[in-house]
Amino acid sequence: MLAYVARRFVYAVPIVLSVALVCFLLVHITPGDPLVAVLPADASQELAAQLRTAYGFDRPLPVQFGLWLWKAVHGDLGNSIATGRPVLSEVIRAVANTVTLAVVAAVIGFTLGLFFGIVAGYFRNTWIDKVATSVAIAGVSLPHYWLGMVLVIIFSVQLNWLPAVGAGPGGSGEWKWDWAHLSYLVLPAITTSVIPMGIVTRTVRALTGDILSQDFVEALRAKGLSETHVFRHVIKNAAPTALAVMGLQLGYMLGGSILIETVFSWPGSGLLLNSAIFQRDLPLLQGTILVLALFFVFLNLMVDIAQASIDPRIKRG
Amino acid sequence: MSEATLPKAMLERIEDFGGAAQPLLKVVGLTKHFPVRGGLLSKARTVRAVDNVSFEIAKGETVGIVGESGCGKSTTARLLMHLMTRDAGEILYDGMQVGRALSLRELRRGMQMVFQDSYASLNPRLTIEESIAFGPKVHGMDDAPARKLARELLDKVGLRPETFANRYPHEISGGQRQRVNIARALALSPRLVILDEAVSALDKSVEAQVLNLLADLKSEFGLTYLFISHDLNVVRYISDRVLVMYLGEVVELGPVDQVWDAPAHPYTRALLAAMPAADPDNRTETPPITGDPPNPIDPPPGCRFHTRCASAEPMCSAASPTLTDLDGAGHQAACYMAIPGSGHSRASAAEKAA
Amino acid sequence: MTVITESVLQAAPVTKTRGYWGTVGRRILRDKVSLICACVLIAIFLSALFAPWLGLADPYQGSMIRRLRPIGTPNYPLGSDELGRDMLARLIYGGRLSLIIGILPVVFAFMIGTVLGIVAGYVGGKLNTAIMRTVDVFFAFPSVLLAIAISGALGAGIVNSIVSLTIVFVPQITRVAESVTTGVRNMDFVDAARASGAGALTIMRVHILGNVLGPIFVYSTGLISVSMILAAGLSFLGLGTKPPEPEWGLMLNTLRTAIYVNPWVAALPGVMIFAVSICFNLLSDGLRSAMDIRE
Repeated sequence: MLAYVARRFVYAVPIVLSVALVCFLLVHITPGDPLVAVLPADASQELAAQLRTAYGFDRPLPVQFGLWLWKAVHGDLGNSIATGRPVLSEVIRAVANTVTLAVVAAVIGFTLGLFFGIVAGYFRNTWIDKVATSVAIAGVSLPHYWLGMVLVIIFSVQLNWLPAVGAGPGGSGEWKWDWAHLSYLVLPAITTSVIPMGIVTRTVRALTGDILSQDFVEALRAKGLSETHVFRHVIKNAAPTALAVMGLQLGYMLGGSILIETVFSWPGSGLLLNSAIFQRDLPLLQGTILVLALFFVFLNLMVDIAQASIDPRIKRG
Repeated sequence: MSEATLPKAMLERIEDFGGAAQPLLKVVGLTKHFPVRGGLLSKARTVRAVDNVSFEIAKGETVGIVGESGCGKSTTARLLMHLMTRDAGEILYDGMQVGRALSLRELRRGMQMVFQDSYASLNPRLTIEESIAFGPKVHGMDDAPARKLARELLDKVGLRPETFANRYPHEISGGQRQRVNIARALALSPRLVILDEAVSALDKSVEAQVLNLLADLKSEFGLTYLFISHDLNVVRYISDRVLVMYLGEVVELGPVDQVWDAPAHPYTRALLAAMPAADPDNRTETPPITGDPPNPIDPPPGCRFHTRCASAEPMCSAASPTLTDLDGAGHQAACYMAIPGSGHSRASAAEKAA
Repeated sequence: MTVITESVLQAAPVTKTRGYWGTVGRRILRDKVSLICACVLIAIFLSALFAPWLGLADPYQGSMIRRLRPIGTPNYPLGSDELGRDMLARLIYGGRLSLIIGILPVVFAFMIGTVLGIVAGYVGGKLNTAIMRTVDVFFAFPSVLLAIAISGALGAGIVNSIVSLTIVFVPQITRVAESVTTGVRNMDFVDAARASGAGALTIMRVHILGNVLGPIFVYSTGLISVSMILAAGLSFLGLGTKPPEPEWGLMLNTLRTAIYVNPWVAALPGVMIFAVSICFNLLSDGLRSAMDIRE
């Protein structure tokens, strides 16, 4: 097992480097001189030349990449052009909010998804299955940002039960786990949970159905095992794949939160990305994407290892 | 040999070069080792699928290859067809070296193969006619004559073209599919056809029909067969000469009657004894051979059969015996017991210096 | 392969046989859900295509005094938007851009990804490693993040939005195409084709393509559903279409401020995105089960 973990980590190194390269190149596929982004509109020629040297834009690309990577490894992702603060601290504060949102959404989405999926798998081709499958397919087909708007219309505009935007009373204060703050979390979390709910339902339904139609389940029942025992076997066999899918979904929630955070003005990494894009704050854009992607790679790695440790079929040599 | 009944529009055959004395296929030292990937720390190992195999096939002859599954029969077939690259060895077609005197493309026309799985060897998206016509079209025939040829060949293999030509593989039976595969092989006017377990998956009654068809086609088209099978009865029925393979090596070869009547290698004896006898009084109660073949990954040193051989002696695990001629009539075996003067206690005394 | 010769015509088949796609077509026509979805999609396509001849109001012509009328107002069957433009006209005209930016990326990615995947799967070896390891890099990004990152870096615009979504989908389709091709490549009929002397290109065209296109196509149909949501999402963020063009995602964005005045009109463009997306999803499911022909 230890060898397996070590090997997974070794395999992750080239991926991490490639991700860094893609993030680095992002700034260089931007139309025009990357300098434009950091230059005040009325800058003189001298200032432009000065800044060019300061940012290293005058050096060959591989050298720039090396320097950038060297700094990044040491936690220096540069400073935000808009605020002048270090990118890393901005990103970390925003990511914390996104994690809060994603974790709550994951709890909702995975619980519902597992429930619908198992029920639909057990009662395949009955009306229960049809309802669960419809919910699942609606979940994955919904434009989630629109669902967010609709929820705001119903619960904030019409019923006035929940706040529409923000992450707490009085603007962006410290996050607390009390109702005053939680009420701000309800709508974005439900919105975020819809896609993972649909995907987990689909996956678990297929898994449960497949396992139940296998010969060994017949054999278990023939042996006179209770349905509770049979259920335990189903869970054991479905767990590795279900876990992998849920891990991936958690990653998507963390990385793909920009649309929902924009709808609800949730001060997470997505909203940060949004403002970075529209203020052409390239260091911030680059840094946010890098941190989110690395997070995603790390999460995938953890899922792989967790999956291997509970699935005897994956060789751990 | 009624040449007149052959389809007129067939591709031209590869010309007969060396005459009757030249073997149609000569294989020397054919070797294929598959690397098996080790773990992060364990070193890589190899499967010796085919190890130094040599034999000849004369023109018009049928040569059988028998052996347990995993002995390298099918790998040999794929190596001969150049579907796989070999690690060592030479393959001469009518005296011509492939890639030099004979291009690979020409060899394809001279040598064809019928696979075991009749369904997997036909493209499910093509009609039967299209599957048969594909080969000739690759070699420059136009679509219309290629389809015409396909229909004539369907007739030759006993399938009414008007019923079968436009069907898809899943719409016909296994025996019919294997007839289609034979027609597909014949469409390139080959002189040598390799039949890799071509009848093994068929029902016994269908198998007999297909074997008879093969015999008819052989005389009609003047073919030479390499017939690979694990079924000894079938091999005896159809073959002139036979090769017995064990773990990638040829352990015995010779005219089929001599090998059957006087098997020289204990493995051949065991295989023959394992055949269910037709006469219930003749049935043996004790299994002549026990255990599975050893793992072909890193096979045992010396004679590969010594781990399962009742007469194994220390010399057998020390060095492997080479194929040795037994009677001057082409019967050869690789066993110290059969080699006079080899030093094995059951070998006959040396007649000439060993 | 479609030339029918005289001899073939003379020997017409005694039994009628349907090709694979004929059987699939018949099965999908029997599936009510797929049929309904296909009809809805065709209706949306045709109305977008023939919008100028449907007698609709001008989708660009606003009216300061008739802003944000509710659904059911005379002359404004679906109300009016924040600039007083007719919502029905804008929704129907909006289909043009929305469908283009949603479907084109998948079409491009289907073409590129299929070729890359088949080549990687059939040729194998170092080329496979090179292609598939590159694909892995893109899988290290969540697709929404990747689309927005590329779009954000390239800047707003329809072309950039299509480019960025194509880049997002190519790796996904390549991976599917490669795995299907690898499966087909190991079948005996491919070896039989090689044994007949056919070159790699001929084998890929005649023997591989026909057997892998189906699964790749089904997968891509499902991707259109995702692509519609993402493309409209980019516009919603302001990275795709620019005003005053009618486009569903952009309309959702500009109507966001109107949710306090006339909430249901503001939600309408999302209904369109949802409808197209769910129809493609269901159609993809229907196709998948119709193609799952077991003997």
